Amino acid sequence: MKVLRRAGVDVTFPADQTCCGQVGYNGGFEQEAREVALHFMDVFDGDEPVVVPSGSCASMIKIFYLDLFADDPVLLERAQRLSERTHEFSDFLVNVLEVENVGAAFGGTVTYHDACHLLRELHISAEPRALIEGVSGAELAEMTDSDRCCGFGGLFSVKFPEVSAAILGEKLENIEASGAEVVVANDCGCLMHMRGALSRKGMRQRAMHIAELLASQSGLAVGQPERPEA
Amino acid sequence: MTLVKSSQFRKASAAAVRSPKIQIALDRVMDHFVEARAHALEEFPPESWEQMRERASAIKAQTLENLDYYLDLVDRNVQRNGGQVHFAADAAEANRIVVDIAKSVGAKQAIKSKSMVSEEMGLNQVLEREGIEPVETDLGEYIIQLAHETPFHIIAPAMHKSREEVSDLFHDWLKTAPTDDIRQLCMIARSALREKFATADIGITGANFVVAETGTVVLVTNEGNGRMTTSVPRVHVAISGIEKVIPAIEDVALFLRLLPRSATGQRITSYNSFISGPRAPSDEDGPEEFHLILVDNGRLNLLKDPEFREALKCIRCGACLNTCPVYRKVGGHAYGGVYSGPIGAVVTPMMAGIKDAKDLPHASTLCGSCRDVCPVKIDIPKLLLRLRQREVGGSASERSSTWTERLLMRRWRSTVLTRAALERSASLGRFLQGPITRRNRIRKLPVPVLGGWTKARDFPPLAPKSFATIWRDELAGDGRG
Repeated sequence: MKVLRRAGVDVTFPADQTCCGQVGYNGGFEQEAREVALHFMDVFDGDEPVVVPSGSCASMIKIFYLDLFADDPVLLERAQRLSERTHEFSDFLVNVLEVENVGAAFGGTVTYHDACHLLRELHISAEPRALIEGVSGAELAEMTDSDRCCGFGGLFSVKFPEVSAAILGEKLENIEASGAEVVVANDCGCLMHMRGALSRKGMRQRAMHIAELLASQSGLAVGQPERPEA
Repeated sequence: MTLVKSSQFRKASAAAVRSPKIQIALDRVMDHFVEARAHALEEFPPESWEQMRERASAIKAQTLENLDYYLDLVDRNVQRNGGQVHFAADAAEANRIVVDIAKSVGAKQAIKSKSMVSEEMGLNQVLEREGIEPVETDLGEYIIQLAHETPFHIIAPAMHKSREEVSDLFHDWLKTAPTDDIRQLCMIARSALREKFATADIGITGANFVVAETGTVVLVTNEGNGRMTTSVPRVHVAISGIEKVIPAIEDVALFLRLLPRSATGQRITSYNSFISGPRAPSDEDGPEEFHLILVDNGRLNLLKDPEFREALKCIRCGACLNTCPVYRKVGGHAYGGVYSGPIGAVVTPMMAGIKDAKDLPHASTLCGSCRDVCPVKIDIPKLLLRLRQREVGGSASERSSTWTERLLMRRWRSTVLTRAALERSASLGRFLQGPITRRNRIRKLPVPVLGGWTKARDFPPLAPKSFATIWRDELAGDGRG
């Protein structure tokens, strides 16, 4: 919100919003997902661009709503219009506002995790990197296999916790080997997942949303994620 | 080995993750395959690789749309070449056809080149029962035959076996001295197999492609065993799934560019055999009889379902296994069926029935990497989603979801249908999380389903204030900047 406003955007937050419905959709609960998606489409009716801070939610709205409502021409048309208006946060900054430097400052080395849906559904990978490089003082250190899944996968993470944790373990090794103090991602699922294991293992690296990084500068109160003592 | 045990994925995958032996093998081999493929693709501009995928996908789609026509063409052209074609509805029928052919020539020994469809059929066990000794001649297949296992990987069936294990197997079965020298192990297999090649009465192979217009079976191998199997014994039996048909001989060139690069990262495999019927009177060698068995065994379930037909485009390269974050941690055996990894998670439930493989469609993070590497552009994540939808909508015996998971999904739905319900749930959550939150993290969630999370990860407690509240109270009035 701070970043968008600093970029000169008049932002509103529709008060009735809840969830895009991906939780149900990915689990195979199509009917439940439709109901939730309909609520989302009602709340975000209009002409303004919709900015979504998470790659998988943005993919759900931009790509998977079209599948969810494929059998209903009226709803499909609404879904198409919404799809065109919807942008993931870094996509909106770089490709709509054409801003790569938002005037943020952050001292430290940052590595970037490509969230799967953001990368492979929306094909966004250069935008967040450009934004990170636009942060004064931040240095981007690529990790090995940044494009490999962190093992979250929504319900997958609780349905197969051992497998999910093993995939995550490899991701943490790559983060550590990159030498970065911070791993940035544009997906709330990946972030919760990586944060949960960084905290459990008492690792020193922090997981940050790209908006947190872009909002950081002296004088701005940024919610710092907890950093548990090892 | 029939399609069993896929119902055990939850347990088997967790066990695989804990097995150091499996983890060492996966760490070693998976990266090798991925790097080799990436290296092989470097010679093409990305758009020309993409064009090849598009074309191969279109050829496969068109062939599958008209499969009855092309199968008829195969039948006529194989016969014209002097061979015989058999159609088998299921594994039992296919096995019976092989046994009948073997018995008609008095075969006591059969040599086999690598064939996944024969794994599906459990052919080796059937032959043994009928008093015919089957001998796998692909080195990897030979090793797992001695170990009485199923393939761990579509193209690298014995990748999970260390050299010590192979040495032990050879010691047990061939009475050879133990060795950790891989070259020497190969020589042991070679000399054991040479003898079998010379004495076997019948050679059994799979088929990478069956060319309709010429009645040709195309085999892609690296060890030369395929060529020995098809040329030394008196009878050659090729077994193929009905989906392996491609229309014309010139299509083979395209698929031979895609397959080895996607599979092993090779530009071309060591041997590419084109077999059009038995020995002609003018030929100096080759089999006297040639049989092609075309097997359905559940494939029609996929073919007649427009949503799933595209899964039959698969050319069994294994690239989706190598890139899959799940396969890379659990390996092939956890999937239970003959086909593992992302494509196995689609075809096993469709061929064997969702009931016996209901967890497989959920055994994916839907990361999409399999779709991006697939040489024939199968949208595997979409197919997995479709299977999940069917499983959820299916009868109790077809469901993977436990009642607690279903309850959770219903709760999720009613919670997020209105903002007020979400706020109420959040308030309740903030109240309940108090006693289990330490230093702003939850180390153990004492609830079903979600409890799995905290086995290896902390869970974030709900923030004291939702963003909606912060927005309403502090931010909304701020305006710009």
